[in-house]
Amino acid sequence: MTTSPTARDTVLGRIRDALALAPTPEVTVPRAYRTGRTLPDGERLALLTDRLVDYKAQVHPCTGDDTAEVIAEVLRERGARRIGVPDGLDEQWLTAYDGEVQRDSADIPAPSLDALDGVVTASAVSCAETGTIFLDGSPDQGRRALSLVPDLHVCVVDLSSVVAGVPEAVARLVPERPTTLISGPSATSDIELERVEGVHGPRDLVVVIRTDA
Amino acid sequence: MSTFLGMPAAPPRSPFGTGNLRGDRTFPEAAHGELRNDQLRHNLGRATRTIRTKRLNVTGELPDWERLRDAGSAVKTDTMNRLPELLEQLEQKVTERGGTVHWARDGVEANEIVTRLIRATGSSDVIKVKSMATQEIGLNEHLEAAGITPYETDLAELIVQLADDKPSHILVPAIHRNRDEIRQIFLDEIPGVDPDLDNVPAHLAAAARAYLREKFMTARVAVSGANFGIAETGTLAVVESEGNGRMCLTLPDTLITVMGIEKVLPRYQDLEVFLQLLPRSSTGERMNPYTSMWTGVTPGDGPQDFHLILLDNGRTAALADTIGREALNCIRCSACLNVCPVYERAGGHAYGSTYPGPIGAVLTPQLAGMHAAKNDPNSSLPYASSLCGACFDACPVKIDIPSMLVELRHQHTEQSGTTVEKLAMKAAAGVMGKPKLFTAAQKAASLGRVVGGRDGTISRLPAPLSGWSDSRDTAAPPKQSFRSWLASAEGAETMRAAADEGARLTAETPEEDQ
Ligand code: SF4
Repeated sequence: MTTSPTARDTVLGRIRDALALAPTPEVTVPRAYRTGRTLPDGERLALLTDRLVDYKAQVHPCTGDDTAEVIAEVLRERGARRIGVPDGLDEQWLTAYDGEVQRDSADIPAPSLDALDGVVTASAVSCAETGTIFLDGSPDQGRRALSLVPDLHVCVVDLSSVVAGVPEAVARLVPERPTTLISGPSATSDIELERVEGVHGPRDLVVVIRTDA
Repeated sequence: MSTFLGMPAAPPRSPFGTGNLRGDRTFPEAAHGELRNDQLRHNLGRATRTIRTKRLNVTGELPDWERLRDAGSAVKTDTMNRLPELLEQLEQKVTERGGTVHWARDGVEANEIVTRLIRATGSSDVIKVKSMATQEIGLNEHLEAAGITPYETDLAELIVQLADDKPSHILVPAIHRNRDEIRQIFLDEIPGVDPDLDNVPAHLAAAARAYLREKFMTARVAVSGANFGIAETGTLAVVESEGNGRMCLTLPDTLITVMGIEKVLPRYQDLEVFLQLLPRSSTGERMNPYTSMWTGVTPGDGPQDFHLILLDNGRTAALADTIGREALNCIRCSACLNVCPVYERAGGHAYGSTYPGPIGAVLTPQLAGMHAAKNDPNSSLPYASSLCGACFDACPVKIDIPSMLVELRHQHTEQSGTTVEKLAMKAAAGVMGKPKLFTAAQKAASLGRVVGGRDGTISRLPAPLSGWSDSRDTAAPPKQSFRSWLASAEGAETMRAAADEGARLTAETPEEDQ
C-alpha cells in the first residue's frame, strides 16, 4: 500500500509551477526574540509554581530526601491504592508507599491502565514561564499511555531541569523521542470559551518539585 | 502536472462541488438569516469578549511578542519559498522512522486514501482528533457513505456531530451553542446519559468523558490533523486541551494524519516560536494543556502503523498568487475571528466554509476559487469585511488579511463586471443593522489599505474609494511598503483626496440600493 507516484509528482510539480508564477524574495528569519535566558533557582521555582497553580495543578516542593514521603502522602490523601510506574522509575521514591505498585511493561494492554488509581513518573524538562512539563518517554517516564490513561498523575520535577522559557526548553528536547507537553490537568474551553478542568486526560495533576535535585 | 519546458501552469483549485469549501447561499443572504438568531449573537458576543481579554493579557505579558510575530511570519514565508524541498525532506524523515507518506492532489483523493487505509485494518469505526483539514475535505461524510463510523472526540466537535450541526469557529466549532443548548443535545443524543445532567460546564465535560472513554479504550484506528510537521526531523505536532488528542495519537494501533502541505516547518527549533504564538493567540493561555509530538513510529509506544497524508486541495493554487499566498501562513489560531465585528454579528455559518471569519474570507476563495458563474457564494466572501484591520493586528503571523480582501474584490470584479461598491453595500446590508455605519467604518479603515499593481501604480482602492481610483492612477513607489508610503507627504495627500471623494460618493448612494 504505497503512494501513487503520480500524486506525489503532480503536487510537487504544481508547487514548483506556483513558485515560478509568483516568485518572492528570499527571507532571513529574524530571531530577535528572547533565547538562552537563565533565572536563579528561586525565581524558576516561584514562576513554575505560580503557573501550575494557575492551571489548577497541585504543587508540592520538597527536597530529594523527602521525595518518598511526599509521594506517599499525596497518594494516601487521594486514596490511591494501586498505582502504575514506569519501569525505570527510581525505586527509592516508592519506599514510603504501602499500596500496590504495577511496574509498566509493553505487554500490559493500555486499556487495562484504566483500572489504576494513579501513576507516578519523572519528567524530562519543564518551562517555568508557561508552566509546562515535558515528558519524553525515557525509562523513568514510560510510554505515553501510562501517564495518560489513569486519572491521577503524580509528576516529579527536578528543579535543575526547569528552564526559564520555551526556547530554552525546546533546545533540551530530543526530537525523535515521543514528547508530551503538559500544562496543568486536562481542560477544555469548548463551552462558552471558559476553561474547565477535567476531560479525557488525568483530571488530577500533582507536581512534586525537588528543589535540590 | 508541470511541463518540462519551463512553462509553469496555474495549479487547479479544490474541485468544484467537493468538500466543505463553499456554502449554498451568498454571505449576505446567509448572514441575514443568522442575524435573526439572537441566541447565536448573544453566545458569540459573550464568548469572543471573554477570549479577547484573555488573549490581550497573555500576549501583553511577553516583552518580545512583536519579535515573535516577526519571526513566525518570516518562518512561514521562508517555508512557502522552499516548499518542495521541505516536503521531500519531511517525507524522507517520516519514512526513515517507519511511517508511510501519501500525497493527495485533492480532498477526494485524500478521502479515498484514508478509507482504503481504514479498510485494510478491518475496522469499521475510527476515532478522530479535531482537524480542519479533514473538515475541509468532508472526510466524515465520505467515511459514513463507505460504512465506516467516525467518532469526533474533541468536545466541541462532538457537540456539533451529535447535533448534526456544522462547525462555526476554527478553534471552538460549537461556539454558537451555550451551556443550556449543549446540555439538551447531550440529553437527546448520548445513549445512557444521566437524565439529571445539569448545565454546569464541568458536568457536561464529565458526560463527554464518560461517553468517549470506552471508544478510546477499544478503537484500533485514529485519524488526526497536524498543527506542525517538522521537515528537519519528521516530527509531527498536535496542540490540544482535553487529552482526546493524546488518546487518539497514543492508544490505537493505526494512526492516519491528514496534513495540508503548508503546515510544514523547516526546523525543530521553529517550534520555540510557534509554541509561544499559537496558544497565546488561540485560547489566550500561556500554554495549552497538552501538545503531542511524535516522529514516525516508536517501538513499544503508541501506534505501530503510521500514515501521513500530504494534502494539496487548492493550496498550490493559492501559492501561485503573490498576494493570496500569504493566507497559507495561517496557523489556525482563530484570533482574527474573535476580534472581527462582522464575524461576531454574522456567525461562522454565514461563511459557508470550514474556514469562517476573516481568514476564511480570504482562504476559502483561494482554495476553492470564486467560480465565474453568477452567485458563487465564495465570490461574496471578500466583501464580508469592513476592512477595519483588527484581524491584521491580532494575527500572530501578521497576515495582512485586509489587503488580501481588497485584492480578491478586485479579481472578482474584473471577472464579473459588477462594481465593488454594490457588492460591499450588499454585504453591509446583510450583516449590519445600519449599513451606513458599516461603510463609514470601511471608509475610515480603507485609508490604510491599498494595493500597488504590477506596474508600480496604485490602481485600485478598496470600496468605497475605488470609484475614485478607477479614473486616475496613483503613483506608488514599488519597493516601499504601503505603510511607509502612507507616512510620506505624497501618500498623505493622496489619501486625503481619496477619502474626501470617497465620502462624497458614499453620501450620494441612495439608501434603497443598500
Ligand atoms: S489568519 Fe492569523 S489570526 Fe487568523 S486564524 Fe490564521 S493565524 Fe490566526
